[in-house]
Amino acid sequence: MTRAALIFLGAFAAVAMSFTALALLPSLQLSTIEPTPGTSDYTYSEQLGREVYIREGCMYCHSQQVRPEGFGADQARGWGPRGSRPGDYVYDETHQLGTMRTGPDLHDIGSRQPSRDWQLAHLYQPRSVSPGSVMPAYPYLFEVKRESNVRPSEVTVPLSSEYAPPGDSVVVATQEALALYDYLMTLTLDPIDQNSDG
Amino acid sequence: MSDASSESAPQSSPPAGSSLPANWRRVVDESTRGPVVAFIASATAWLLIGSLLALIASFKFQFPDWWVQQSWLTFGRVRPAHLNTVIYGWISMAGVGISIWLWARLLKTRLRGQWLLLLSVGLWNVGMVVGTIGILAGYSRAIEWVEMPLAAFALIVPALLLAVVAFIRTLWQRHVQHLYISVWYIGASLLWGPFLVIAILLPIYSGIPEATANWWYAHNILGLWITPPALAAAYYFIPKVIGRPVHSYHLSYLGFWTLALFYNWAGVHHLVGGPAPQWVVTVSIAFSAMMIVPVIVVAVNHHLTVVGHFKKLLYSPTLRFVVFGAMSYTVVSLQGSLQSFRYWQEVTHFTHYTIAHSHLGVYAFATMIAFGSIYYIMPRVVDWEWSSPRLISLHFWSTGLGVGAYVTALTIGGVIQGLQLLDPDVSFLTIVEDTKPWLVVRSVSGTLMTIGHFVFAYLLARILLQSGARPDGPAYFHPVPEGTFDTTGGDGRGSAPTPALDPESTS
Repeated sequence: MTRAALIFLGAFAAVAMSFTALALLPSLQLSTIEPTPGTSDYTYSEQLGREVYIREGCMYCHSQQVRPEGFGADQARGWGPRGSRPGDYVYDETHQLGTMRTGPDLHDIGSRQPSRDWQLAHLYQPRSVSPGSVMPAYPYLFEVKRESNVRPSEVTVPLSSEYAPPGDSVVVATQEALALYDYLMTLTLDPIDQNSDG
Repeated sequence: MSDASSESAPQSSPPAGSSLPANWRRVVDESTRGPVVAFIASATAWLLIGSLLALIASFKFQFPDWWVQQSWLTFGRVRPAHLNTVIYGWISMAGVGISIWLWARLLKTRLRGQWLLLLSVGLWNVGMVVGTIGILAGYSRAIEWVEMPLAAFALIVPALLLAVVAFIRTLWQRHVQHLYISVWYIGASLLWGPFLVIAILLPIYSGIPEATANWWYAHNILGLWITPPALAAAYYFIPKVIGRPVHSYHLSYLGFWTLALFYNWAGVHHLVGGPAPQWVVTVSIAFSAMMIVPVIVVAVNHHLTVVGHFKKLLYSPTLRFVVFGAMSYTVVSLQGSLQSFRYWQEVTHFTHYTIAHSHLGVYAFATMIAFGSIYYIMPRVVDWEWSSPRLISLHFWSTGLGVGAYVTALTIGGVIQGLQLLDPDVSFLTIVEDTKPWLVVRSVSGTLMTIGHFVFAYLLARILLQSGARPDGPAYFHPVPEGTFDTTGGDGRGSAPTPALDPESTS
């Protein structure tokens, strides 16, 4: 019995050690970290948009981490003015760093493409603004209705004739689509002093 | 070799072993029947569901406007649903099913706690249904490898713990003194698995530390939950089918302890170049590199066991699948050690290369070994033979070639994608365009693998229902020449080697 106990408890101790080091210690180390300039807590609409981002699994194609200078070409690509820092994520309850770039990194998308018309058209039909894109369309985040039924408070999505609905119908963004846009616009990286410890 | 033969020599009057009846293997196999069949049949059902989800996800790259009206079929939901069904449904349940049988056989005792295991499989299946529907309905937790909603894990964690209790009760009643290396791997994984799942579900992480915990977890589910039962099976079936003891027991112990000590530190290499604290990433890279030791040890040990007997791969389905898996283990692990380095991560991270790597591990290694193991176990558990060696062959070639094409295409495509990403002069849409042909190969090879899975499920259904006339003898790919496999096995079955040479006889 002692031998079996030795084997299995030893094996258990090994993994308990790495759990402490890799899962618990970083929490302690980063528990006092300050948000970087420009990083603030989410508003109601931004949080709702973040939940849409999570629900639709945007993370499986889009990372949210700009690589530092000297590692990869993220900054040369215009994906951000600096590498991402832990302080950029202090309000992220469910991290969305991602591991895949089937689509481009989004950590600075708010600076790169702030146009609401572009973002909404892209969500409704990516190929209407990005020919050749393999991103799924999200028509269920929009409503197609007759132009005469659109209320003044609603946001209409401008689309080229190829992708616009037929007749006098137009595409109107739902609350979720607008919230997702609001969330995307929170994704900006402000340049900070190299020496500061953000 | 020397230590093996000395250990396989009968020891002076083993206390409990002597009371074993001559047909103990039949008694043990029968005691595992219910739970083994339940786990493996459930696993196979989840394999089919997971494969269909994978195909939907893959074909969406060729037809991005296909099935977009329904939110529950969008790529970002189907993909995690695929991952969770194949990881927690297929390979986890298959691993437990195979482990139950190996455990009882290697401890030479009847399985205890059958009802616990049947309750476990029931809870587990309900949990998987809740989890899969949950992800598709939009309740994903969006933490990679733990996407299923908490309600699903609330069922799966108790299911895991019930299984652990049954394994411990069986261990308690063992009739052996020496614990064969497969028992080490299975026992350790049963402690590691539930610990990992409970640890990652703790509501204590956010931001960057959540990401390090996430990759600590995800990589360990591979290395400490999926890998050990597969290695246990390889350590059991290769010597068993070939009919000679494993080359070196000392090497197998070394392989076990180095895996136990090194693997669990390796996961955070997924965050190389990211915003995680550098020391965490560096530690992970160092341990990833050290993983070369257990991998080489296992590879050498298995190779020296098989060497001189490669011809037997022609005949035995079990051996062919398991050796395919064992060789893939070497490849995937060496690749894993190398690609954790910064210069290699700089290219391949964020690309389809990673997807190729994960399928080389979970599929070409673990899944192929699971198939081979099931081909061996099932006839002994249900006392019926596989109905068609032809269909087994079709299963082997469709999955073997399928995963081969899959991994090759995504590896090449991923490296190209990675190199292009490093060149700011290549526009992003050009990269997308250049990736498309490789993604077509993925859809085609995925289809091939799925065909293999349906063939396998059909064969499994036939052996479980005992349909058709009783096949006359074990299923081999070709007529076996006299004397290829030792036929004097203790359980009176055709492919069992002499008791003196099989892993169960080491006590």
